[in-house]
Amino acid sequence: MVGGQLLSGRAGVGVAGASPDVNALRHPGPLTRIALVGNPNSGKSSLFNQLTGLNQKVGNFPGVTVDRKTGTSQLTSQHRAEIIDLPGTYSLYPKSLDEKVITDLFYDQTSAQYPDFVVVTADASNLRRNLLLFTQLADMGLPTVLALNMMDVAEQHGVRIDVAALQEELGVPIIPMNARKGVGIAALKIVMAQTLGAPKAHFYEPEEELLPMIRQIRYYFNLHNDYLALHYAHQYRHISFLTADDRAYIQELTEQYGFEPTARQAQETIDRYQRINEILLNCVSVTRTEQNEPYSNRLDRVLTHKVWGYLIFFGVLFLMFQAVFAWASYPMELIDQGVAWINGFIQSNFDGPLINLLTEGVLAGLGGVLIFIPQIALLFAFIAVLEETGYMARVTFMMDRIMRRFGLNGKSIVPLISGVACAVPAIMSARTIENRKDRLITIFVTPLMSCSARIPVYTVLIGLVVPDEPVLGIFNLRGIALMGLYLLGFFAAILSAWAMKLLLKTTERSYFIMEFPVYRWPRWKNVGITIVEKVKAFVFQAGKVILAISILLWVLASYGPGDALEQAERRATTEGRAQGLSTAEIESRVASEKLESSYAGIFGHFIEPGIRPLGFDWKVGISLITSFAAREVFVGTMSTIYSVGQDADQQTVQQKLAAEKDENGQPFFTPARAFSLLVFYVFAMQCMSTLAATYRETKGWKWPILQMLYMTGLAYVSSLVVYQLLK
Amino acid sequence: MFEVNLNNPPVSKRQPQTPTPAAPRSVKDLQLGESGTICCLKDPEMALKLLEMGCIPGTQVRLNSRAPLGCPITLVVGDMADYTLSLRVSEAATILLK
Repeated sequence: MVGGQLLSGRAGVGVAGASPDVNALRHPGPLTRIALVGNPNSGKSSLFNQLTGLNQKVGNFPGVTVDRKTGTSQLTSQHRAEIIDLPGTYSLYPKSLDEKVITDLFYDQTSAQYPDFVVVTADASNLRRNLLLFTQLADMGLPTVLALNMMDVAEQHGVRIDVAALQEELGVPIIPMNARKGVGIAALKIVMAQTLGAPKAHFYEPEEELLPMIRQIRYYFNLHNDYLALHYAHQYRHISFLTADDRAYIQELTEQYGFEPTARQAQETIDRYQRINEILLNCVSVTRTEQNEPYSNRLDRVLTHKVWGYLIFFGVLFLMFQAVFAWASYPMELIDQGVAWINGFIQSNFDGPLINLLTEGVLAGLGGVLIFIPQIALLFAFIAVLEETGYMARVTFMMDRIMRRFGLNGKSIVPLISGVACAVPAIMSARTIENRKDRLITIFVTPLMSCSARIPVYTVLIGLVVPDEPVLGIFNLRGIALMGLYLLGFFAAILSAWAMKLLLKTTERSYFIMEFPVYRWPRWKNVGITIVEKVKAFVFQAGKVILAISILLWVLASYGPGDALEQAERRATTEGRAQGLSTAEIESRVASEKLESSYAGIFGHFIEPGIRPLGFDWKVGISLITSFAAREVFVGTMSTIYSVGQDADQQTVQQKLAAEKDENGQPFFTPARAFSLLVFYVFAMQCMSTLAATYRETKGWKWPILQMLYMTGLAYVSSLVVYQLLK
Repeated sequence: MFEVNLNNPPVSKRQPQTPTPAAPRSVKDLQLGESGTICCLKDPEMALKLLEMGCIPGTQVRLNSRAPLGCPITLVVGDMADYTLSLRVSEAATILLK
């Protein structure tokens, strides 16, 4: 079955890869498939951006939640290349599931995706560790080029590299470069356009006693070299394209020969470092020019200081929050008005049922997608700068100890805080967390943070039942209630994370071990490309889901069984006329009756028995359903139902709600009901855009569905407790 | 216990040369700014990761900084001060020193 899945996965990739071929017709010449590999912080992304610019596409690797970034580059006027940007890694032995996509690519020579050759980026100022990955790749026998990046930094550190000698030792072309400034790109492109053979040098020979086993694997799978066969022996359990029989075969061999993977792998790494040391001895000389402490260290003394460090970090967080919360509201307003204008224009010039579908269904849904762009762009501008400069590593460094207790990661603080503005960009920002379990937990709990869409609901309901009284002279009771709701969400997020930490089992071991990068200036081109990429990913992947659900919600709210809506309209109009109401009053009465007769209204009635223990009636039920488009719709729906007209301000809505009576003639919205509803809104997953973002980030429906069930379940139980206790 | 050694016989099994007969020191016990030479790695699986990061037995490491709450820490790895590595204290405790 594995083979079958693989084939379908390949077919998908094949279709995705079809468009460059179409382009290739326009630009005649061969299309070389090039894989870009390197250590994290070795300037790989800069190089990828320099080579491809905006000709990038983000897709999926089959079966994993890793973005598959590919781009095309015009190497010469005749020659184009498809470049695949692989996740940063320190070795060809994957330590996380995300790194597995690299070995999946290099292990399967028969794959259509198998690269024609490999460009390895290496940080020249830290050559020893960077060369480890290079030597492994070279031993795989693929044509390889070494892009020796950050030559300027190396020189500043007093590292002098004899490139000619190194090229001789490594047996592959070496291009000294500075990808940030674009130095060396032209030379690299020329080399990339040539046909290269396999690397001449070998850096590691498997021990003699392993050869019988290695050779059997090699001939059984028809592999092109011993080292690849050795990797099969190490990794067979995790190679996705092997069948169960293949795995059993390798397992039998490893047992027969008493193969100890951990010890062998450790010895291989030690041998490789020994070989690298010998090479570097001949090719690299270090003259310590600066005796001063590196500037990075001096900066760190302030930026990771136990007082200043946290103050500065919270300042940065505040600025970020301000951007997503306040700055983004101006462009969002423009988008809102723009969509409303187009809607108005179409409605005033055309008529018919399809026009309603177009304006209230499709365009409204499209507006609901576009409205997130400013927040996503701003948040990712910040995050890209933090990542680029190396500050994000310090954030993790300072927050790890606190967040780890709750099953979160130091970096989880960024999604959690951003979640107070909006969960959609926040969930997308969890991508910066390398560890899968930490990332999943962060995505799962972020929507529990009270987002800005809950504010209208909070203010209306708090205004309804909490008196406007001062407390202790400086505080206000309503303010305290609002604060309480935010804290409730925060603690729910933290405790849920802690519970998930205990529940979620992973086979993957979590390490903190990582390079602590030096501070650098951000490259604005990379920041810009990140923003474009994230916005595109949201609009085209999460956007589809949002659009589909908003059209569905529109249908539910605008249609009813048979001629129920027409009847409701006639009834409301005649009743209204009989009572001598004004035209505007009749119109809102009509809207109210129509909504009640629609499928959404019927559904509201249908769920009433279920939500009655929480203190809600069918009117609240309808609002809960329509809130799914976005929580702030609650206020609009309530105004429609209580026939105060769509554009009523909050106070009018509040008065109307306060005037609502229950069957005994008492006010319907008692504190018990209002608090129950408030608590429901704190916890419930009522946001299709968030679900769509979770779907896009976890690449499947499992987690968004679990998230919805969990949050709605939590909301239901909490509301039940609140209402039954306060009643 | 799994140990990775460049030198044979394993250094950790020699008579301790320092007057303190306590358990072998690990990177966790370094003072700020103090350097040590890696002798071996205790945890076999974590060793694979540490080796790849250049923490080879015989390599010099210096404790560069501690996070405000004491964990994680940063180490400068390599005789030539190749680069800075960050890791948790629990992970540092698996790196034994000569």
